[in-house]
Amino acid sequence: MPASAIERLTVRYGTHVAVDDVSLAIPERSIVGLVGESGSGKSTLAKALVGLVPHTGTVTGADRVQMVFQDPYASLDPRMTVGASVAEGLKLPRAARAAEVARLLTLVNLDPALAGSYPRQLSGGQRQRVALARALGARPSLLVADEITSALDVSVQGAVLNLIRSLRRELGLSVLFISHNLAVVRYVADVIAVMREGRLVEVGPAEQITSRPHAPYTRALLDAVPQVGRTATARR
Amino acid sequence: MRALRSPAPLTGLLLVAAVLTLALLGPALWGESAARIDDGAILQGHSPAHPLGTDDLGRDLLARILVATRLSLLLACLATVVGVAIGLPLGVLPAVLPPRGARAAAGTINALVAFPGLLLAMFTAVVSGLGARGAVLGMGIATAPVLARLTQTLAASVANADYVSAARVLGVSRLRIAVRHVLPNIAEPLLLNITLLFGGSLLGLAGLSFLGLGVQPPDYDWGRLLFDGLSRVYVDPEAALGPAVAIGLAAVGFNLLGEGLAKAASRRAVVPRGAATGEALREARSEGVLSVRGLSVAFPGGAVPVRDVHLDVAPGEIVGVVGESGSGKSLTALAIGGLVPYPGEVTGGINLCGQDLSALSPGELRRLRGTSLAMVFQDPMTTLNPALRVGGQLAEVSTTHQKMPRKEALARAVDRLRRVRIARPEERARQHPHTFSGGMRQRAIIAMGLMGTPKLIIADEPTTALDVTVQRDILLLLREAAKEAAVILISHDIAVVSQLCDRVVVMYAGRVVEELTVAELRRARHPYTRALIAATPDLTTDRDKPLATIPGQPPSPFDDPDGCAFAPRCAAATSACRTTRPLLEDGIACLHPQSSD
Repeated sequence: MPASAIERLTVRYGTHVAVDDVSLAIPERSIVGLVGESGSGKSTLAKALVGLVPHTGTVTGADRVQMVFQDPYASLDPRMTVGASVAEGLKLPRAARAAEVARLLTLVNLDPALAGSYPRQLSGGQRQRVALARALGARPSLLVADEITSALDVSVQGAVLNLIRSLRRELGLSVLFISHNLAVVRYVADVIAVMREGRLVEVGPAEQITSRPHAPYTRALLDAVPQVGRTATARR
Repeated sequence: MRALRSPAPLTGLLLVAAVLTLALLGPALWGESAARIDDGAILQGHSPAHPLGTDDLGRDLLARILVATRLSLLLACLATVVGVAIGLPLGVLPAVLPPRGARAAAGTINALVAFPGLLLAMFTAVVSGLGARGAVLGMGIATAPVLARLTQTLAASVANADYVSAARVLGVSRLRIAVRHVLPNIAEPLLLNITLLFGGSLLGLAGLSFLGLGVQPPDYDWGRLLFDGLSRVYVDPEAALGPAVAIGLAAVGFNLLGEGLAKAASRRAVVPRGAATGEALREARSEGVLSVRGLSVAFPGGAVPVRDVHLDVAPGEIVGVVGESGSGKSLTALAIGGLVPYPGEVTGGINLCGQDLSALSPGELRRLRGTSLAMVFQDPMTTLNPALRVGGQLAEVSTTHQKMPRKEALARAVDRLRRVRIARPEERARQHPHTFSGGMRQRAIIAMGLMGTPKLIIADEPTTALDVTVQRDILLLLREAAKEAAVILISHDIAVVSQLCDRVVVMYAGRVVEELTVAELRRARHPYTRALIAATPDLTTDRDKPLATIPGQPPSPFDDPDGCAFAPRCAAATSACRTTRPLLEDGIACLHPQSSD
């Protein structure tokens, strides 16, 4: 699998430039974290990668991009069973589908018997894993995860983050992991890219970005990350 | 289908059932007498033998009306089918076509809707030839634009759903998206409106037949009978009234039923003020800002999301309430504010600012809550009314509760906006909420809470929808507000709570499981609190180890296990934990408190 590269990607909404000339490499088998405030253009970049919004610039090495969305309560069709949702992206003969659905559900640590249930019968964390299984079914070369844990409880978030890391290890998956939570991004990502007002402010290895950031904006973001036992202080 | 028990839809249901029975049995029972020509009884008025008289060939009119039910319904049914067959696909097109095609489809619908329906029907009927076929086509084409517009609007609400985006990313074809994702999710409102359209078609077809454009002799439907009878309306009014009544009753029946069904489908939970306090424990302490004793919230059917919660807040104190979704933390806040949605029932003692809430009249309650309690909710986008200026909305608090003159209240609103550090407050007060960013709206809502002289501010996930940097500003603002009022901060994020609060209350499955100061968080004793902290990644989390998780799921609010609710997910649980429920003593409800060594 070749590495994916985003070259000079720009997205315009009328006169507003949501993503401004962004170039970013996503090396093979790695997780690239993308952080920024709302309005920074990180979700628009994700949508451009999967072709949901028109853009200029080129994306190479990402012919099969799949995406997992933020809200697990909105990203599964309430009228379709879990199995039907997961099977939707499969390019397989009908007979082979059930087995593949079971394999995919097992891959995301879900009981294959859940294939017959409807999304409303599942918890938020289970739904998010179904969405992951659906995306993996298309055998993506790049997976875009847009705020996939921000609607989940802390106790469930950990399981989804661990799953992303183990999928990278087992399947050699490349992931663009988007989140506003730097602590979460630091935990899963190898490389962190910081985005502000449509532009990339800083890109570097996760440890370096979170311990020795160069850009003042990255520093401000780090200062604002809530930590257990650390009281909030005013902006420096 | 409780809605069908109210009188109007029930009447509709009965009328429709009667009409359908007639359509089924009519021709068999009265077909013969409706067709029997009687030279001796031409154009008679009502008589015992012919209750509604006879027509120009001496045929019994009542029998003809009853027999005509089948054809009238059948034609209306066909017209509806034609309307659906054209309108539905047309309406779905804008949701699934690429942008240019979608615009063209939407434009077509707009143009068709602008054309008067009956004119369209008459035009089509004339062009496609007189007779039943032309009338059905005409009526169908006339109803199609209305249905298309409705489908377009409904489909637009689904077309942007994440699951449709996900299907598009997966490469699912447009047709398949329309059939599998869009249509099933708008089916109910569509079906209901098609019932309404059916009633309309029935009327419209009768109208066309009445104008001579519809059914031609020797066939007859209600409209044709009305047409024949009208020429004699001054001599034998019953000959015209009979078919008119039949048309009226059937149309009213279908419309009432359709509206009843539509109402039943759109029923939303009403949110009246919940019962404030019950008879239970009234020993709530009267000192402090808030004292809650034995608070429970129950819903019919056995769900009890809040169970026996005790909570005390001292003046100037900032208390954090932490728990997962379903832990009952938000309902606890709503119960204090008297906002538990219907039909939830609140029991227990609540003492706010030294006043026992159960002893107050509804008017006193409203005043006490209006002036001494401020609530800030999660979604700043929906808490402000988008149609009103921000300043006016803030001023309303003071004009309502403090009877302040409007001008003075507006000045106060500007002052409060300045206090929450909104730049150019005079200008901002005159603007509508949509010009505010999420963080600014949340500030405006805090400012709204500060319009009175609140003794207690309850903030329920106030920063969950906001960015980390904005989140910190809002938390600092709340801390500043706490110089004058106590604050309860509710959050699922223990890190957020620890940034602001003095004391933390941890809830699980509707109960308080641990109460501790922020300094003690790192030495928490309850396994659940410890698990929550371990599962929250921060900037020092070891990246080489898997993140701690809490296996299993919290119990449903319907279950009330005998033992500790957390026992099935707890590593330290013993068999005693499953049978004995630990009580909250010394700030912890656990049989096996952990120590940090």
